[in-house]
Amino acid sequence: MEVTNLVMRYGDKVAVDGLSMSVEVGSITAVLGPNGAGKTTTLETCEGYRRPQSGRVTVLGLDPVTQHRALAPRVGVMLQAGGAWSGSRAEEMLRYVASLHANPQSIDAVVGRLGLGACGRTPYRRLSGGQQQRLRLAMAIIGRPELVFLDEPTSGLDPQARRAAWDLIGELSAAGVTVVLTTHYMEEVERLASDVYVVDSGQVVAAGSPAQLMAAGARGLITFEAPSGLDTADLLAALPPECEVREERPGRYAVRGRVSPQMLSAITTWCAKREVMPGQLNVERHTLEDVFLALTGKELR
Amino acid sequence: MSDRPGVDASIQAITRLDLRPAPGSAPAWAMVRSHALMETRLLLRNGEQVLLALVIPLLLLVGVAKAGGVVDLGPGRRIDVLTPGVMALAVMSAAFTSLAIATAYERRYGVLKRLGASPLSRTGLLTGKVVSLLGMEAVQLAAIGGVGLALGWNPEGGLTAALAACVLVLIGTVSFASLGMLMAGTWSAEATLAGANLVYVLLLVVGAVVIPAASYPDPLRAVATSLPSGALAEGLREVLRGEGLVWTRAVALCAWAAIGTALAIRTFKWE
Repeated sequence: MEVTNLVMRYGDKVAVDGLSMSVEVGSITAVLGPNGAGKTTTLETCEGYRRPQSGRVTVLGLDPVTQHRALAPRVGVMLQAGGAWSGSRAEEMLRYVASLHANPQSIDAVVGRLGLGACGRTPYRRLSGGQQQRLRLAMAIIGRPELVFLDEPTSGLDPQARRAAWDLIGELSAAGVTVVLTTHYMEEVERLASDVYVVDSGQVVAAGSPAQLMAAGARGLITFEAPSGLDTADLLAALPPECEVREERPGRYAVRGRVSPQMLSAITTWCAKREVMPGQLNVERHTLEDVFLALTGKELR
Repeated sequence: MSDRPGVDASIQAITRLDLRPAPGSAPAWAMVRSHALMETRLLLRNGEQVLLALVIPLLLLVGVAKAGGVVDLGPGRRIDVLTPGVMALAVMSAAFTSLAIATAYERRYGVLKRLGASPLSRTGLLTGKVVSLLGMEAVQLAAIGGVGLALGWNPEGGLTAALAACVLVLIGTVSFASLGMLMAGTWSAEATLAGANLVYVLLLVVGAVVIPAASYPDPLRAVATSLPSGALAEGLREVLRGEGLVWTRAVALCAWAAIGTALAIRTFKWE
């Protein structure tokens, strides 16, 4: 899948502003960004719902709008919301979507795997949010697609269901299915994604593997969490020369310098003397959340 | 080999899925059949829709037939005037009101959007809807015709009249359905719910459906018979009285169908 310089506007508002991305077959690509960053618009343009106003989109070598009929059976789509008749039952809805495909998955297997058996005869509108979410995921994979677009596949799921969904997404990729998903969960990205695109204001602000993103700009940096208000000057005195210590936000400390085993040991020894337990200790590695906040700012959207 | 392959196979299936891609569309006819069955099941599950499609027309048929002089149906045997009118009402309820409300909610809940990404084409989707609709109408007309006959309805004109009635019902269905889709494709679900029911009641009262146009005062009569409701109901009354097909009825229905279809195609929003 290839997106080149995509531009999409709604009236005066630019939703996607020259976005490019490229997705390898069999990879799991996560599109990350604050609300309103243009993630869903990008995904829906790839799904053929919108015609690119400028730029080019090809999916499995096809144009999603003009060659939509050839593309649709090969792609599984999970919308962010809705997509099922309010009066339909989970298994019935799944059976219906399966009937539109040539070689669908076994309904019973998918129902069992995603725990949809408990939905019984309850209509879609009265299912719990998590059940609706799992049904939408099931609808995306039931037709044995080559490529799936999952728009926030695990938002609103409980931890068990989230893990079940992660396992399933991992297995999809292992079986050769290309996965493109949007998410707000950093843990999801770290666990699943082989490639990440961070999108803000309709543009890609960073791209790479999760490891690359977390390592970028983290040379010479050790971070840890501990009670706020530690004496940073005292810590600095205990460190090798030419270091720098800052409490970046309450309870979160950043030590910059030439990272070495001695430097790490000096930090932990200093903490040990004060009966302080350093948590979330990261050596030359940002957390994905830090990367995300640094790239997209902290104001609410 | 296991002694109980069925049990083992089902356990296997639950724990592991073969997720290797094997994409493909089902045959077009199978998709249309599946869609029509799905829509029909959902319709039958919905109490209000069944009320609108069958219960109200049948109650009107029996009630007005037995009500003697309370409702003036003009010249002719009461049941012969009443039955074709109730048939027209049933077509209107299924092809206009039910279809509009169901489609508006499909739009609202993203069903149409999701199906847009499925192998089912828009033509396939519309064909499925039409098949479901015609099936519904067949049941309605059979029930109303049956009850009418039991109440002494005496349709005239033989097979020719029956065929002409079918033609009128088909064009009437297209005109009502296109107007229903026009409403569902542009209005919100709530507005469609209110609007489609309001139009149904208004046409029932002033649209020459159950009460024949002959009982209407003069200016209203011309308006009523040019509406799709009046054109269909008058047409059915004339045909089933053995008077043959009056072409102005078919022309009026075709005109509504053409206007409705052109506008619906131009304005319909799938999301």
